[in-house]
Amino acid sequence: MTTDTSAGVRSGIGTSARRPDGEPKVSGNFAYASDLSSEDMLWGATRRSPHAHARMVNLDITPALAMSGVRAVLTQNDVPGEPLFGQEEQDQPVLCDGIARYWGEPVAIVAADDEETARRAAAAIIVEWEPLDPLDDPDEAADHGKVFREMRIRRGDEEAVGSVVVEGFYETATQDQAPLGPEAGFAIPDGLGGLDLYITSQWIHVDHRQIIACLDMEPDSIRCHPAGIGGAFGSREDISLHIHVAMLSLATGRVVKMVYDRSESFVGHVKRHPARMWYRHEADEDGNLVKVTARLVFDGGAYAHTSRAVLANAAFFTVGAYRCDNVVVDAAVSQTNNPPCGAMRGFGAVQTCFGSEMQMDRLAQALDMDPLELRRRNALAPGDPMATSGQIIQGSLPTIGVIDAVEAIPLPLPLTEDDPRLLPGGTGLTTPKSAVVRGVGYAVGIKNLAFSEGFDDFAEARVIMTAAGIEVHTAAMEVGQGLVTVCQQIARTVLGTDRVAVVWDDTSQIGSAGSTSASRQTQMTGGAVYEASIGLRDRLIADHGGDDLRDDGVYRNSERVATIAEICAGGPIEHHVQFRHPETFEPDENGQGDVHAGFVVAAHRAVVDVDPELGLVRVVRVDTAQDVGRALNPQAITGQLEGGIMQGMGLAVMEQLVVDGGVIKNPTFTDYLIPTFVDAPDVETRIIEEGDHWGPFGAKGIGESPTISSTPAIVAAISNAIGKNLTRVPVPPEDIIGNAATLKASPHS
Amino acid sequence: MEFTAAHDLEEALVAKAQQPDAQLLAGGTDLMVEVNLADHRPPKVISLRRVEELQEVLPDRIGAGATWARLERSQYRALAQAARTIGSPQIRAAGTIGGNVGTASPAGDGLPWIAAADADIVVQSAERGERIIPWSEFFVGVKRTSIQPDEVITGVAVPQDVPVAQEFAKVGARNAMVISTVSCVVMRGEDGYRVALGSVAPTPIRATRAEQMINAESTVSDAALDEFARIVSDEVTPITDHRSTEAYRRHAAGVLARRLVERTLA
Amino acid sequence: MNVTFTVNGEVQTVDISGPESLLSVLRNNLDLPGTKDACEQGECGSCTVTLDGEAVCSCLVMAADAQGTIVTTVEGLSSDDSLHPVQVAMLDAGAVQCGFCTPGIVVAGAHLLDENPHPTEVEIREALSGNICRCTGYGAILRAFEKLSAEES
Repeated sequence: MTTDTSAGVRSGIGTSARRPDGEPKVSGNFAYASDLSSEDMLWGATRRSPHAHARMVNLDITPALAMSGVRAVLTQNDVPGEPLFGQEEQDQPVLCDGIARYWGEPVAIVAADDEETARRAAAAIIVEWEPLDPLDDPDEAADHGKVFREMRIRRGDEEAVGSVVVEGFYETATQDQAPLGPEAGFAIPDGLGGLDLYITSQWIHVDHRQIIACLDMEPDSIRCHPAGIGGAFGSREDISLHIHVAMLSLATGRVVKMVYDRSESFVGHVKRHPARMWYRHEADEDGNLVKVTARLVFDGGAYAHTSRAVLANAAFFTVGAYRCDNVVVDAAVSQTNNPPCGAMRGFGAVQTCFGSEMQMDRLAQALDMDPLELRRRNALAPGDPMATSGQIIQGSLPTIGVIDAVEAIPLPLPLTEDDPRLLPGGTGLTTPKSAVVRGVGYAVGIKNLAFSEGFDDFAEARVIMTAAGIEVHTAAMEVGQGLVTVCQQIARTVLGTDRVAVVWDDTSQIGSAGSTSASRQTQMTGGAVYEASIGLRDRLIADHGGDDLRDDGVYRNSERVATIAEICAGGPIEHHVQFRHPETFEPDENGQGDVHAGFVVAAHRAVVDVDPELGLVRVVRVDTAQDVGRALNPQAITGQLEGGIMQGMGLAVMEQLVVDGGVIKNPTFTDYLIPTFVDAPDVETRIIEEGDHWGPFGAKGIGESPTISSTPAIVAAISNAIGKNLTRVPVPPEDIIGNAATLKASPHS
Repeated sequence: MEFTAAHDLEEALVAKAQQPDAQLLAGGTDLMVEVNLADHRPPKVISLRRVEELQEVLPDRIGAGATWARLERSQYRALAQAARTIGSPQIRAAGTIGGNVGTASPAGDGLPWIAAADADIVVQSAERGERIIPWSEFFVGVKRTSIQPDEVITGVAVPQDVPVAQEFAKVGARNAMVISTVSCVVMRGEDGYRVALGSVAPTPIRATRAEQMINAESTVSDAALDEFARIVSDEVTPITDHRSTEAYRRHAAGVLARRLVERTLA
Repeated sequence: MNVTFTVNGEVQTVDISGPESLLSVLRNNLDLPGTKDACEQGECGSCTVTLDGEAVCSCLVMAADAQGTIVTTVEGLSSDDSLHPVQVAMLDAGAVQCGFCTPGIVVAGAHLLDENPHPTEVEIREALSGNICRCTGYGAILRAFEKLSAEES
């Protein structure tokens, strides 16, 4: 069968096929969940805890019920089924159960005739609190055993010693996914006691499982539908307003819409875990890693969400993309009264990549060795054991390839103009060109693909030939990344036609596609679409005695033997697949085992201009070389690489949720700063195509790599500019200035 | 909500006199944030958008209704520089200097220029007519001014002796749409330097001790600039908040002031 | 109170009782949900419309104050049979991912080109500095506008 774009197929794999939802999006007609509306709908609103930790001593909803236009006011007592929900562990009450455990925890929900009445009613509810001391220190929590998970990795000889030793302590801040689209839910009663739900989600089946448990309803009575989403990046992997909007709709028998505004969105979804990481790297005189020891403490906040899996990711990538035969890692993710943390693009690997890449640079300094040479010397390759888990790398892993490719990209020219827009501080006019010092830094990152540790990870797809064309049915969530396009392209190439439409099925129509996360959908849903397309193709060819399938029918010996109309005479023909990746296993008590389904590697190089006296940074360029397996859609890949770099840059220089006593001090776009057009660096990308051992056409997932090693590359560049090691992100100006007194400002050259 | 769209200044003044508790609306870039996010429901609003008298920009009088987009082309160099950093192009198309003055945020980007220029704030009421208030008597605290409830800001009166050599700079945590960490305006005139700063005190301030020191120097040596910067750092009274620390603001204030003096000399 | 203004060439009258924003009226009263509400603070640009020839954040315009104004939203830039050149360029460049920022960028970008048909890269960046995108990293959007800038008007 053809693996290249078939003759006659214009928009198959390998092309930058246009996304099918592009036109509605540019013309303002795309139906995001937050745009859904109906004549008689009610609006939902949420009352939240003003304390990070408090006992609820009085809850009186009568003032809200008494307001005109209010149709329902619900509390935890009104939850019909399981009182607790959660993706990995069911530990979070649907609504406050008497103790608020984080600032903003939902207490009660209201449905009213209009948005303003709903909000006013929520505010009118009387809630009296007895504040309790918040536990906001993850180290203290870990010391007291308040942890969602502890992990221990021991591989090789714990007593091994290297002649060159570097230690460091590193911190990463709480980062928010900040997708532009807000949390939104739209619940429609079906008149039979059930509901149709349209909610911003990354995994409708896992949402569905939790919703029916809490509502005590039969699976088919609630249908979760894929809905239009304005970005996710992990924020939608967990339940936010899902159960609430469903409860309000059931209680009122009416359509209910619920949308979080930006401030509520900051409170209403999980964050990236802030991390504290202590490392010791030991090498021999030639720069071969001998042992890596690390202690990691992640702050999981109030409820479990996906903390167990995040910690595992962080721990397993403690060493990074390098060989090391002796590894000692102790890691914990704590339960505190800080904002709950969960999935954000990179999922634990971001934090440990920062720590380990800073360490590699320190090691290179101690060895008086070029930082890239040190990385090449220790680079992981297929056939090597993963340093932490001992798993032998299968599939492709072009670690040296990505290093070489990013190094080969020509550096940008030195700054010659005085245009303030090209200087640190921009139009703020803070910095004369003479005050600028340029730095260059590199980093390499590794990530696993799909779910791990024995999780039964699968994706379903159904491919159907109709008289009008091919339909690809899936419940996978398209969050903007371009999965929809890739599914079309795969089906087009296999089935020999451009006429392919993706149809989003709800939870009652098809099985789970799994989460849109873990860089998994191209390989998993793409893999399911591929196999379903192959199955359909094989069946049609066999049924009609042919040897080829083209746009207009089945062919034998280059002659058509059956038209599409004839093929579909008895109705559409379909093939359904439940696709699984290679099996993974739970690690043993030392963290050893075939824990992961596959790996992807990337390298980044950053060029920064620094004003050391003010501690201001302009990120001039971030280049990347990415291991992609097979480029199914080059333009979409570039979009992921550039977008991910921007999020990595945000963490490096400006993004931080400031949390004090469990309270978020900057839950707005005014003070939670994400990069704008005038902060964005130029980006050059290179891709390396070495096919992976599973997935459609050898393609790998690439969604997370760009956010992983971009951050340490930028920090390494700043460090290079000022001649000082840096230890925390986002890098505050104070950390840069610290050296200003002794630094002779070099004329920019 | 009672809404009055004033079509001229007199209508606006009469309305404000009748409704002293009414909120004035020009660009909306401050008021509407309160409406959207804090559920602020002003019972009475008077819109100034259509009042042409407020749009007039002359060398000695900048109308309160002049937008920051317009002021990007101001003849006053440092004011134009400041205008360019305010918010975003969309914010600048709507936000006005009158709004910036009336809101009187400690971080108001247009306010250090007013202080350095020794400009006056012109307010007017139906009953008492025009009142000219020196800037230092107008800005009295964090988001507090000495305006009376029946008064409307009509403009900024710019003295004739505003030096031509003037420079602005603002430090922020990113390069657009950012509340300033520290901002500074330095003017070099025949009678010496003027140094104004924002975000380092409850109101915009002049660094008078630093000015005295540098104006006493016959030549501006490196050593003098070092001392000048040190005094600026010492003189300001910034706070630590979620955006920055007192220590950084002190340091940055000194650096900016020094660099701007150097720029006025270049 | 009744407020009458022109939206996408059509005169509209809405009944306003409070200080709600133009954004809210466009989305909830006029069935024009193309303009987005990502922050409602003027910090993201997703609500950008043109009003009397200026690109502004509609979340910061009090609807009551829009009396007599001429407003264009993203829906007004395309017709049933054709897309605005900015929309075509964005699609060609792969500059649309989740698309939530896209309407604001289309309106702000179209406005930029009306004022300055051949902007340089730094001019494009500065003109769009009020429009946040979280998905694309801005690269493809920049390429879309650089291509438009290079074209003859």
